[in-house]
Amino acid sequence: MTRLIAPLFLVVFALVPLWLNDPYLMNALIITGIFTICAMSLNLLLGYTGQLSLGHVAFFGIGAYVSALTALGFDVSLPFGLRITHEGGSPLLGFVLAILITGVTGYLIGRLSFRVRGAYFVIVTISFAEVVRLVALNWVELTQGPLALTSIPNMTLPLPGLGDLTLRTKMQNYYLVLGVAVLSYLVVARLVASRFGRAMRGLKENESLALSLGVNATRTLTIAATVSAAMAGAAGSLYAHYIRIIDPDVFLFSYTVTMVIMVVAGGKGSLAGPLVGGLIFGLLPVALRPVMAPEAQWIVYGGILIAILFVMPNGIVPALANLTARRRPASLTKTPETPAEAGAQS
Amino acid sequence: MDQLLQHVVNALVLGGTYALLGIGLTLIFGIMNVVNFTHGALYTFGAYAMYLAAVALGLNFFVALPVALVAGLALGALLEFVLLRPLRRSDIDTTMLVMIGAGIILQSGTLWIFGGVAKAVPTPFPAEPLVIGPVSVSYVRLFVLAAALALIALTYVTINGTKLGRAMRATFQDHDTAALMGVNVSLIYTATFAIGSALASAAGALLGPVYVVFPQMGDLAAVKAFAIVILGGLGSISGATIGGFILAFAEELGAGYISSGYRDAMGFLIIIAVLLVKPTGLFARAERIG
Repeated sequence: MTRLIAPLFLVVFALVPLWLNDPYLMNALIITGIFTICAMSLNLLLGYTGQLSLGHVAFFGIGAYVSALTALGFDVSLPFGLRITHEGGSPLLGFVLAILITGVTGYLIGRLSFRVRGAYFVIVTISFAEVVRLVALNWVELTQGPLALTSIPNMTLPLPGLGDLTLRTKMQNYYLVLGVAVLSYLVVARLVASRFGRAMRGLKENESLALSLGVNATRTLTIAATVSAAMAGAAGSLYAHYIRIIDPDVFLFSYTVTMVIMVVAGGKGSLAGPLVGGLIFGLLPVALRPVMAPEAQWIVYGGILIAILFVMPNGIVPALANLTARRRPASLTKTPETPAEAGAQS
Repeated sequence: MDQLLQHVVNALVLGGTYALLGIGLTLIFGIMNVVNFTHGALYTFGAYAMYLAAVALGLNFFVALPVALVAGLALGALLEFVLLRPLRRSDIDTTMLVMIGAGIILQSGTLWIFGGVAKAVPTPFPAEPLVIGPVSVSYVRLFVLAAALALIALTYVTINGTKLGRAMRATFQDHDTAALMGVNVSLIYTATFAIGSALASAAGALLGPVYVVFPQMGDLAAVKAFAIVILGGLGSISGATIGGFILAFAEELGAGYISSGYRDAMGFLIIIAVLLVKPTGLFARAERIG
């Protein structure tokens, strides 16, 4: 039964553009999809390894800038008389480079910041994102600073035998985002089901115990950070080629907060959690827009975040799973396997 | 040389408020193990309280300052009582996220109520700066430095010389043992959070009239406070005081001699550098505060 839910969701979402013609709602769904990819990638860190990274928006923004600059071209002079000129290329190359470069950045940042844990880790990640934002704001020669990068071309896909397809319509972009989202979901699902995923969860549950069993903490966490950063970079690239204009505001802390709310509300450490949270908080602005101002919406988000942490700290999906599990007759629930589990259930 | 002297004076003046910001945050982290993401919002709150008292109510500047401080004290006590007390047994990530939620509510609420347009708070000080040789400094900034140092001294005295302070230090060392010795730990937590909030609020009330008051002013203040606290070691008050001045010097000299665009990046670079080299901070004394 539960196995069928994911494909069923996919079919439902694949059919949406066939009946939905409203461009405003299509736009909301595309943006929601992009942020849901970010939420999935954040979940890999926050949910599965238990590391609260509050600098995730950095990878989203770097991905957006890398992809946009690859497509637009740039001309910067560096110290020591070096000069880099790039003519501008295909957006697809930008997408690939965005993934590679954010992955490498995620690896480096992970290597550095996983030397600390808890509050220190959180603050390092925030600082990293802010430094990147200030660089984007001040390195005007490369990024145009606050003037923004404009006229970013739409994503172009080379189709074998048919030539290039430029994704201009909302429907095309919708399917692109959906496709990347499905891929991201599969990557996360494969990863957390692997031996490596068990190592991640082991570190989250009890780091010293995991270490004593031979789990290499830094290596495991760094790989999770690399994959997670690359996924956020991919989302950033999609965003840049869909919105077609980016400025240093793509690095704002409020985007990170949005991703965190999606993961925490949906259910961290579950595959469906970020999807549910992403949909709710991606589409909530659409529902709230007619009734309240954006500032008031943020008050509601803050309230929901607090309420969820108080009422169901594990998020919506685990809470629902618990509810359905409780409804089943006692004879059908699986018998506790270990003394610890028996203790937990009694 | 003259330019350097001017930078040093600027940094000293700035450092006082930075220290104030850092102490409030480090106190709360040290005693309660809570990373206070409402710190920036409380700083903004103090500035708006100052604006309301001095401009809307027309109170005297020197009366409005304590009003803003007490308002911060009250808001801090309320936040602790409503949000943190029920989460006493939760992990640090949960309280962090709850405080982020509360910070969002406070900041968006300010934006909603007062709008995004910056407000100015008039000061009773003369507009012309005090000029001593090659150095010039405005009177209001001198007053801000004096007030900040007075508040820092008051905090030291409270923590090191009063019964409340002794209970706070005991709770910092071991809250279970402190509770067994008859310390009302819940009350200490509320008092700690209220004092930390009042210090943030006072910093906002002092700097609001120097610059302008706007809803997002707390964002940068908060990250600077984090930088100061990390620099000084989480939980160390003297560390936060020194850290405040170090950050002020780094910013002032960085902006003067490297690039003014990266002025605000100094704090973050300090955080990253300190955590990579000496993650416990430069002045950490884990065994006690004060």
